[in-house]
Amino acid sequence: MTIEWTWISDHAGDLAALTLSHLQAAFTAVLLGLLISLPLAVVAHRVRSLRGFLLGLSNVLFTIPSIAVFVLLLPVSGLTRTTTVIGLTIYTLVVLLRNTVEGLDSVPARTREAAVAMGTRPLRTLLTVELPLALPVIMAGVRIATVMSISLVSVATYIGDGGLGQLFTDGFQRNFPTPVIVGVVLTLLLALVADALLVAAQYVLTPWTRRPRRTGSRSRAGRPDATDRGNHPTDRPNSTDRPGKAAQPGHDGRRPVTERA
Amino acid sequence: MQPGKGRLMITFDAVHKRFPNGTTAVHDLTLEMPEGGITVLVGSSGCGKTTTLRMINRMVDPTSGTIRLGGKDILEQDAAELRRGIGYVIQQAGLFPHRTVLDNIATVPLLLGWGRGKARARAAELLETVGLTADAGKRYPHQLSGGQQQRVGVARALAADPPVLLMDEPFGAVDPVVRTQLQDELLRLQKELNKTIAFVTHDIDEAVRLGDRIAVFRTGGHLVQYAAPAELLARPADPFVADFLGAERELKLLSLTTLAEVPQQRATTVREGEPVPGAGPASSTGSASGTGHHLVISARGEPLGWPSPDGTLLPVRPLRDTDTLLAAVNESIASPTGLVARVDAEGVLTGVTPRETIHEYAGRRHQEAARPDRAPASSRTGADEGTDTDTNADTNADTNAGADEGTAAGADGGTGAGTVTAKDGSV
Repeated sequence: MTIEWTWISDHAGDLAALTLSHLQAAFTAVLLGLLISLPLAVVAHRVRSLRGFLLGLSNVLFTIPSIAVFVLLLPVSGLTRTTTVIGLTIYTLVVLLRNTVEGLDSVPARTREAAVAMGTRPLRTLLTVELPLALPVIMAGVRIATVMSISLVSVATYIGDGGLGQLFTDGFQRNFPTPVIVGVVLTLLLALVADALLVAAQYVLTPWTRRPRRTGSRSRAGRPDATDRGNHPTDRPNSTDRPGKAAQPGHDGRRPVTERA
Repeated sequence: MQPGKGRLMITFDAVHKRFPNGTTAVHDLTLEMPEGGITVLVGSSGCGKTTTLRMINRMVDPTSGTIRLGGKDILEQDAAELRRGIGYVIQQAGLFPHRTVLDNIATVPLLLGWGRGKARARAAELLETVGLTADAGKRYPHQLSGGQQQRVGVARALAADPPVLLMDEPFGAVDPVVRTQLQDELLRLQKELNKTIAFVTHDIDEAVRLGDRIAVFRTGGHLVQYAAPAELLARPADPFVADFLGAERELKLLSLTTLAEVPQQRATTVREGEPVPGAGPASSTGSASGTGHHLVISARGEPLGWPSPDGTLLPVRPLRDTDTLLAAVNESIASPTGLVARVDAEGVLTGVTPRETIHEYAGRRHQEAARPDRAPASSRTGADEGTDTDTNADTNADTNAGADEGTAAGADGGTGAGTVTAKDGSV
């Protein structure tokens, strides 16, 4: 398999346009996914009875084969970018919803309670205490959703979109490997760069996670929940090893998401 | 201060709390917390003490009954605004991990709309009040020790200068040494600020140490006894309270009294490095009114130890007037001579008190507290009439010999052994 470098330079403009289109589709999907997931996650976090339903629903949506999603959407939105974005958004939901709910769960009950007890109203508590503390876990979801979307855009080639994915069909149909290789490399680069940018964004947004822990023998007492006496009934739901994880310094928010990506 | 004195700050009137799962957390609670002073709510877990505390700032709303703060029904006030006027310190501080220490402290001022500059300035001021350096303000909570975090928690609660503080086992998660420090700090702060504090703990020692009044709760949310610590320890209302106070409750009572009024007597001393006169049992060169035991002191006059026959020094733990009678009883047991060395604020020996005197005062202290005449609830008035003793009068005569002679006589160059006369301890 040889690469024809001249093909690349001849099509530089096209490649740039495809890359941009590819990125735009993935980015829009993640953004929409976040906008949908955040309120749903807050509901799932607050209303225990809806939690299973919402998380289950996002799981079910995730199991629909991607091509089937596009086909099912055709009568609704046709062969358009909208179809691509809707399809991708559906797939981001499973990761974003679950991670946002888990992120909110990871906020120590004691911290939330302190905010309320100081006289912070619910919306302000959510925006200034819960979401910032959930951010590392949410960002882990955003990173997975982003990388997943970037790889998934190509599937939309079947409906005439697909960004860099068009290079695969093009190369395959003409039995010409160069576009395929270029497509793969560009997709990979896109995913790596996007992920790196998200890591950087998280670094900037969560300054409290990167200061070194106090050195000294008494750090045990300093760790939230290390010696939980569990006197507050409200602490119980979170009294596993979970509370405080999002707040743990140095914790990069990586969290196993076992679904395919 | 006795319950009922002073303007009433927090009142519970026939308050019940039943949780949806059917458990009764608080049962028919009527309780008055006067303005100023620390009211400690104590009991084993599940007794409703925390629920009681959390009802004051509406973290929990009562099922029935009325709670008033400064005369106003709290249920008629907006919960968030009510809470901004009540300081709240919780277990392990409950600091916001994503905010710097300074911003943590500034939380309520910011909620009250003070503006960032003013709120930060106030936070910086409080940092100092609770004994932290300005440098700590820029850190995040996880970079502080447990004790420091707890101090920040107290500072945060004080930020908007609320008249009422609620403290829910605030020192429960720090080690005993730090715990004692924090308790001392709280008492020091309270002397300055005179807040109305409701303090929850399951530790009876902490309750006795901090409380001006103690409310003992029993499982099921029943208030069993509400009294000043001395009264509680001397006259528990029923076997449950007695049991909760523990077998050493009479000793705990001694922790509420200082040594100040216990007289001391002349100590026979010998300077460090000089021979102990008549180290053998035969000699009795000590000064006439001395105790027969030599105490080795430093050049400055600080007690160093009791000489033993083999020439080594047995340890001495000198006590100040501000130390408790309990510490004195303890030292009287530990002291190889049965004498407790007394020192002034600089650690210079002022005299000694024999075991017998200390025990006598300890017993008298208990009898005073156990005398029910000051208690409105008790019907046993007069039962202890016969043991009634007037303060100091009779014991001073025999134990205070040699006192009132002024300051230390200093070292006597000739013999190396000197005497230090006792100062009158009852300042």
